[in-house]
Amino acid sequence: MTMAQTSSSGNGRGRPLKRFQWLIEPYLYLSPAIILIALVMLVPLVVGVSYAFQAIDLLDPFTTGWVGLANFEKLWADRLFWKALTNTFWWTLGSLFFQFFLGLGLALLLNKPFAGRGLVQGLVFLPWAVPAFLSGLNWAWLFNPIIGPIPHWLAAMGIMEKPQNILANPDLALWGPIVANIWFGIPFFAITLLAALQSIPRDLYEAAAIDGASLWQSFIKITVPFLAPTIAITVMLRTIWIANFADLIYIMTGGGPANSTHIISSYIFTTAFRRLDFGYASTLAIALLVLLLAYAMLILKMRKHLVKGI
Amino acid sequence: MQKTAFPLGATLRYLAIALYVLFALFPIYWLIKIAVTPDRLIYTEGTQIWPSTFTLDNFVSVLFLTDFLVYFKNSMIVSLGTAFFTTLVATAAGYAFSRFHFRGKAIIIALMLITQMFPLLMIIAPIYKIMAGLRLLDSLTGLIIVYTAFNVPFATFLMQGFFDGIPKDLEEAAMIDGCTRFTALRKVIFPLTLPGLAATLGFIFTAAWSELLFALMLINSDDKMTFPVGLKTFVSKFAVDWGQMMAAGTLALIPSCLFFILIQRFLVKGLTAGAVKG
Amino acid sequence: MTAITLNSINKRFGPVHVLKDISLEFNKGEFVVLVGPSGCGKSTLLRMIAGLEPVSAGDMIFGDTRVNDLEPRDRDIAMVFQSYALYPHMDVERNLGFSLELRKRAAAEKKERTSHAAGILGLDKLLDRFPRALSGGQRQRVAMGRAIVRDPQIFLFDEPLSNLDAALRIEMRIEIAKLHRRLGTTMVYVTHDQVEAMTLADRIVVMNAGQVEQVGTPLDLYSNPANLFVAGFLGSPKMNFVAYDDPALNLPSALTNPSAQTYGIRPEHIKVTAPDKNAHLVGTIDVVERLGSDTIFYINHGADKPFVVRVPGIDRTAIGEKIGCQFQPEDLHLFDQDGQAISEHKNG
Ligand SMILES: Nc1ncnc2c1ncn2[C@@H]1O[C@H](COP(=O)(O)OP(=O)(O)O)[C@@H](O)[C@H]1O
Ligand SMILES: [Mg+2]
Repeated sequence: MTMAQTSSSGNGRGRPLKRFQWLIEPYLYLSPAIILIALVMLVPLVVGVSYAFQAIDLLDPFTTGWVGLANFEKLWADRLFWKALTNTFWWTLGSLFFQFFLGLGLALLLNKPFAGRGLVQGLVFLPWAVPAFLSGLNWAWLFNPIIGPIPHWLAAMGIMEKPQNILANPDLALWGPIVANIWFGIPFFAITLLAALQSIPRDLYEAAAIDGASLWQSFIKITVPFLAPTIAITVMLRTIWIANFADLIYIMTGGGPANSTHIISSYIFTTAFRRLDFGYASTLAIALLVLLLAYAMLILKMRKHLVKGI
Repeated sequence: MQKTAFPLGATLRYLAIALYVLFALFPIYWLIKIAVTPDRLIYTEGTQIWPSTFTLDNFVSVLFLTDFLVYFKNSMIVSLGTAFFTTLVATAAGYAFSRFHFRGKAIIIALMLITQMFPLLMIIAPIYKIMAGLRLLDSLTGLIIVYTAFNVPFATFLMQGFFDGIPKDLEEAAMIDGCTRFTALRKVIFPLTLPGLAATLGFIFTAAWSELLFALMLINSDDKMTFPVGLKTFVSKFAVDWGQMMAAGTLALIPSCLFFILIQRFLVKGLTAGAVKG
Repeated sequence: MTAITLNSINKRFGPVHVLKDISLEFNKGEFVVLVGPSGCGKSTLLRMIAGLEPVSAGDMIFGDTRVNDLEPRDRDIAMVFQSYALYPHMDVERNLGFSLELRKRAAAEKKERTSHAAGILGLDKLLDRFPRALSGGQRQRVAMGRAIVRDPQIFLFDEPLSNLDAALRIEMRIEIAKLHRRLGTTMVYVTHDQVEAMTLADRIVVMNAGQVEQVGTPLDLYSNPANLFVAGFLGSPKMNFVAYDDPALNLPSALTNPSAQTYGIRPEHIKVTAPDKNAHLVGTIDVVERLGSDTIFYINHGADKPFVVRVPGIDRTAIGEKIGCQFQPEDLHLFDQDGQAISEHKNG
């Protein structure tokens, strides 16, 4: 009982100290993450917003300072912006639609055991590991009639009159990066949905089978409701991610031919990186951010609905 | 019932699986095919499935006549550094989210979610300026810091999932057995999250290995270029030499694919709740 | 001598007041069982004794040391969890010896103490197995072994048997009772199973909704429950409660008490008689359960709950028959309008 003395003397101080420790401990673990994110992401975000109201053009260092809404007026009148906006829509929708449904199909296939499943899973997920710039270059090749097979196949199937590079055709060029993006993005959906599928309790299916449900019915009545929350969140995150994903377009078409394939994010990058016009780049970025936020709100509302509906 | 359904259903399933595998692998195959095609055949036999003769010359010249090895080394430093620091920071944060209830938790989670929402390109200009101010432009350290910050939020959520799968009882038992919270973390929790750590490390490595746009913006001297940036310069420097470029691409694929094949199982497991149960 | 003193212990989770002013004293070497319905705060109280939950207000005292601010590892306690909490990446031997490993004890001592504990629990042949290769009962033994190796001042158990099947549960219950006799250590045991409470405890603490309802020896609680809650909680089948104005009730005035609102009588304390005017309660048999050793009648006497009667042996009285019940005065429990037992009646 030697502890008796120490604790009775420490009585007064001991408790607040302990409570303090209880409050502070999680922040000890969190502080590196918080500091890093605040300094590298949140502060620049605020600064970035402020750029939109300034003239910051490194190629034109003499006109600087606050310019009010001038950048936004420029945006409104910018034909390229409106074109990029339309392209963003098609780019995102086209990529997402095929990534999702092909990814779901793949996840369903992989969810049932078969001989060699481990190997197949490793192989079909591989595109995700291919750096985006390499996929871009590689697909640019595949679409090139001189060194790639795809135009020849399309011609042989009668879809195309003669082997042509779709990347050189302003009306079709956007589909090149979209195909590359689908290839690249299927694994992400497959991995997430496979994980969600595997967390559905087996006995639910068994109970449904005993109740006389067909395969299709148990898919609709069990699988889909269970996946719905995951799907909503994943689709939302992916939409935002795809809309922001400029690498493939930048590599495959550089926004061309004749600026026909810029999406907003590739336009932002070109504006910042090529023209060094940071003010206008930030204005473009804010426009994209506002659109994405509105979209995210919509999805989150819908998700609440969905979750309630189950 | 299953027996009779076997032939047709199973055949269709295997066909579908085969198509997926083909679609996934064909572009990678094409990359390798061009890399091993002799230069003089690239145009004449460009669209053939396999060239009439094949060569490793492109690999040899990429390795010994270009800056490839420098780019490769830079990318390795940046990707390993990013993977290491991100995992370290995200493990601590994920542990806090999983094990503590505290004031401000919801706000911090919300802030982390926001970082996943806005276009990263939005901050490319401010980051350029900040990095210039810190004299971290054109430095691998600067790139590691930026990449680590970008990847911490997602990695934190991933690690939190892994920690949530480990019953809290285990570390309480350890604390009664004589551990401090930290030794419990080290001796009991840590060994059980090894698959999770591997998955996170691999995932972040792959992401950092691929990043192009920030590297383009923040790096400009030849000896600091990471692989994607360096390869971009191949386009202008060796404009005609597709073979070399594809050889370089093939070599660049090796680390990220190796990593990914090793970790993809853990990734699926980790996203499935409750991976670790005695 | 007291081993643990709880002095006005309170626990709040944010706005929720989970434990309200708990004051208790546990003696050295005593086997105390905390019992109560699920969610009443037993585990929370146990975890506060272990140091896993901070105490919101009040003093936690071991011997004469205030331990509120001591870490779990400094409290000299061992705990057996409901989930067993075995370390999945360590074999049985290392699981058992982990606490000694942390205290950097010599290998020889570790060996001796783990094999001693393994011997007590019959784990000798399993020492190099991993937890996933053990059955539920074996895991349970390892969890107990881990506590024994520690040789702590206090053993804590949180529903250690609730994941076992019925037969194993009885076997382990006996094992725990033996262990207590052998080690003589203070043990605090949480359960919601009243049979475990009755069979294991030196003293039982009955809890409900974050408060202590009554403390006493098992037989004390059985014979003199302090209120309706304790009376209804201990005993199986449950005690019957009949309102004082129930028309089926026909008590002689010597047995009644003007302030009694409810009369309680245990099923095993009822004599079955003819349904005449000497019967204290009359009703019709709705359901019969014949267990072999006993027969249980569920009698409809006009109230919403059946009146339960347990008689020893096999009784052939059939469903639908009308029967009468008679009680001994000393078996009758009287409760006032607040549900508190009226005790003068007993003494008188
Ligand atoms: N960490 C916690 N946060 C909030 N409420 C809790 C927490 N732990 C327990 N509770 C609440 O405290 C009450 C008592 O829980 P517990 O001690 O586990 O009950 P018992 O073990 O008697 O079943 C319950 O109502 C429970 O919901
Ligand atoms: Mg409990």
